[in-house]
Amino acid sequence: MVGFGGWDMPVEYSGIIAEHLAVRTAVGLFDVSHMGEIEIRGPRALDLVQRVTCNNAAKLALGQAHYSGLMTEAGTFVDDLLVHKISDTHYLLCVNASNQDKDFAHIVTYNIFGKDAEVENAGPRYTQLAIQGPKGPGILQRFTSVALDPIRYYRFTFGKVDGVDCLIARTGYTGEDGFEIYFAPEHSEKMWNDLLEAGTPQGMVPCGLGARNTLRLEAGMCLYGHEIDDTTTVWEANLGWICKMEKGDFLGRDVLARQKEAGIRRVLVGFEMVDRLIARDGCPVFVDGAQVGHVTSGSPAPFLKKNIGMAYVPVGLNAVGTGIHVGIRNHQAAARIIETPFYKRLK
Amino acid sequence: MYPTNYRYTKDHEWIKVEGATGTIGITDYAQHELGDVVFVELPKPGTKLETGQSFGTVESVKAVSEIYAPASGEVLEINAALANAPEQINTDPHNAAWMLKIKLANPKEVDALMNAAAYEAYIAEKQKEATA
Repeated sequence: MVGFGGWDMPVEYSGIIAEHLAVRTAVGLFDVSHMGEIEIRGPRALDLVQRVTCNNAAKLALGQAHYSGLMTEAGTFVDDLLVHKISDTHYLLCVNASNQDKDFAHIVTYNIFGKDAEVENAGPRYTQLAIQGPKGPGILQRFTSVALDPIRYYRFTFGKVDGVDCLIARTGYTGEDGFEIYFAPEHSEKMWNDLLEAGTPQGMVPCGLGARNTLRLEAGMCLYGHEIDDTTTVWEANLGWICKMEKGDFLGRDVLARQKEAGIRRVLVGFEMVDRLIARDGCPVFVDGAQVGHVTSGSPAPFLKKNIGMAYVPVGLNAVGTGIHVGIRNHQAAARIIETPFYKRLK
Repeated sequence: MYPTNYRYTKDHEWIKVEGATGTIGITDYAQHELGDVVFVELPKPGTKLETGQSFGTVESVKAVSEIYAPASGEVLEINAALANAPEQINTDPHNAAWMLKIKLANPKEVDALMNAAAYEAYIAEKQKEATA
């Protein structure tokens, strides 16, 4: 068990590699209750969400979620998050555990709508479990009369799972099909045990933080504090696809507009190791002998059976195929920039 | 569990002495603490090791751990099988996953290390501390 964002959490249950492979080939169960939930309610709820995030929440349908950034005035990230539209006047934001209080304070600070947009730090009211992997939906279906098949990716609904009222979302941080369910904490143990009991014969294993990290890295997903933070802009992080400049003003929009005009100087890339060594977070990255950046996340990729990582490199040196070197102990280990995501599941 | 003819260090290396040759690896306790081993880096034959000096690394998915020489000597041979199957360190840390053989500079050095009983007591204490 380790401390993580103020929570006591397992790094692994049976082994990181076994857990990772289970999610890619069968199903894994994650206790992700450490994640934060912030709810915004009121006639101006949408306006507040629009003000503090970069994606266009006005385009969300009822029961739809999207990935977005909680923005600083500098066009950088306070956090990354999922925005769920529950109703025209009710949004649920799922945020990182370590940023929950910071995010809440930030949203409150920039809430110019007073009582028309009420902000609640709702983390303590929710347990969150993630069921991820090709067998996940089938196992979850046994516990609910809500038809899960029609729920498309990044859509959610409300219903009873194992007799418990849940928000049921087809979202996840693994790159696999699956669901995340949110419900009241008093049902946690029963839900966890019932799901695990039903899933174990089909290869379900409980998964910890170790596999959570290797899975998201393989899927090319960012981790706050690594690929993104309050010094990285949306363009630099290759997250332009969640930044909807046309939606109107939002925190940092003017800085982002200027940066888009002027051009960015560095950009996030994915790489694979060529030499048989493992790049780790923080290792320096060299091109033509000069240090150009550092590894933001580096690890073995258990499913792809190679060692991968992400790093910021100068624009101009970011082309796929570019050879780089990673400083690992006293080695200059050869690596190569490749396309991300490293792994993409077959539909 | 812990071979009685081996000696053990506080950093969880083991050494088996046969004449002037020492075979070195890491213990079952160490592999369990590490988790899935994915990579081992060992010195070349001919390298001189000093007691207590780091001579290589063993890497799990999440972490890099240094390995320390239980005794001084010259590296004779490294276990080539570990390059392609580092996970043997998890499955057979005391036998098949030996890491290197050295020509001992001073075989008597090893007498100062813990025997199996002392090592078992040592890790039992560590496990108690961990769950305290």
